[in-house]
Amino acid sequence: MTEPLIKAHNLGVHRGGRAILSGADMTLERGKIVTLIGPNGAGKTTLVRCVLGLIKPDEGRLERGPGLRIGYMPQRLHIDPSLPLSVHRFLTLGGKPRVPLQEVLEMTGIAHLTEAAMTHLSGGETQRVLLARALLRAPNLLVLDEPVQGVDVGGQEALYQLINDIRRQRQCGVLLVSHDLHLVMATTDTVICLNQHVCCHGHPEHVTSDPAYLALFGESAKPLVAPYTHHHDHRHDDHGNIVELDSEDHA
Amino acid sequence: MPDFLLYALLSGLGVALVSGPLGALVVWRRMAYFGDTLAHSALMGVTFGLLLNINLNLAVAIGCLLLALILVALQHNRLLATDTLLGILSHSTLALGLVMVSLFTNSRIDLLGYLFGDILAAGPGDVITIWIISVLVSTLLLLLWRPLLAITVHEDLAQVEGVPVAAVRTALMLLMALVIAIAMKVVGVLLITALLIIPAAASRRLTHSPEAMALLASLLGALSVALGLGASFIWDSPAGPSIVLGATALFVLSLLRPAR
Repeated sequence: MTEPLIKAHNLGVHRGGRAILSGADMTLERGKIVTLIGPNGAGKTTLVRCVLGLIKPDEGRLERGPGLRIGYMPQRLHIDPSLPLSVHRFLTLGGKPRVPLQEVLEMTGIAHLTEAAMTHLSGGETQRVLLARALLRAPNLLVLDEPVQGVDVGGQEALYQLINDIRRQRQCGVLLVSHDLHLVMATTDTVICLNQHVCCHGHPEHVTSDPAYLALFGESAKPLVAPYTHHHDHRHDDHGNIVELDSEDHA
Repeated sequence: MPDFLLYALLSGLGVALVSGPLGALVVWRRMAYFGDTLAHSALMGVTFGLLLNINLNLAVAIGCLLLALILVALQHNRLLATDTLLGILSHSTLALGLVMVSLFTNSRIDLLGYLFGDILAAGPGDVITIWIISVLVSTLLLLLWRPLLAITVHEDLAQVEGVPVAAVRTALMLLMALVIAIAMKVVGVLLITALLIIPAAASRRLTHSPEAMALLASLLGALSVALGLGASFIWDSPAGPSIVLGATALFVLSLLRPAR
């Protein structure tokens, strides 16, 4: 087995005397998809920003594999309408492409859009253009922050399929972020549920054989976009402290 | 053409050259208010320059940079929104400049000239200074163009792709301070931002790439200078404000072209 791309050990980040992330462990490997889920304010973005090198963790260790090259797809792209920018110009803003542009355009299905203005793209088109820009760097790790946001349901499935294809073809590692607790790719290798700390993690297959899952979707249902249902053995009080659950409702 | 008009024209064209690309960046990055604040602090720089007897362009540039640093420090504290902080700094520094001018310089300086520009008083020395700074800043903008565009579109993405975001942003601030120092001579501290943003805004509807917009902004800026000086020569109107009105007229004309 090759060395991991990223190995995070016991990461913690504090802001204003409050821990917004603590004791987070995560390993990202080539060809594997790790999905980060959790409610808003759970520290998903913070963990991702640590991985991207945008912030330094206050605690813990983050090891980067040799030759790590990250392709990043940000959550939101706001381009001021006063900036005239074509898709082609946007794609080349990241520097000289390391992969032939045409190849990436075809893979992401945006070859017909190169002359379009960035501000005129639909949600799904924008996400594909962002993905293309990340791919142009020939990354061995893709970090995708909410990649299907603003995309209609059919488009979401196609986009997940595309991400899965890219992972298989390029053998790159993928770190996916979703705020939706119940919408997780069936192709994910590991799911990490974050709520300031790592609540639980595991292979989604465990989850899809869960009786609750089967009751919901039936035996025949093997959708690409699979809901990931899980129980928490604790909850968080108003200060984010852990409260063990005993007789309380597990809903 | 009388000498004074030639020097005025050359000074104005020098500032127009650089204010195209810089103004476009100000518009794209929504830094108009920030530019205003820097410009207003220029008067303070002038009085310090006179008191300490140092080169006025240098004093203004240093004053602008100090202000930018104060702003960054205040932003850390996050209790007040940036536009509130800018409003406080902008008007406080302008007021301080006005008070200092009248208290310490015994009206040795022409206050209106600093507020609204005295381009018609420009001499060969001014022309040389303006062109050196204008060409220098334009060259640096050209060299930094791709990183500047990259951070304008998405700072985090640019950082991940290896752009030193903080350094590029600081460089932009520095270049802006330099341009304010030379533009003050042309339109004065109160109207500098107009010269930056109006030609850039006027070129938005007429162009389809960032580079074309920046270049056209320089051209429209140059045209505004010519229009303003012409009006000033014919009707004896104040030159700086006339240049700004020239730019405004071009902007209004650009509105005639339907948005695509």
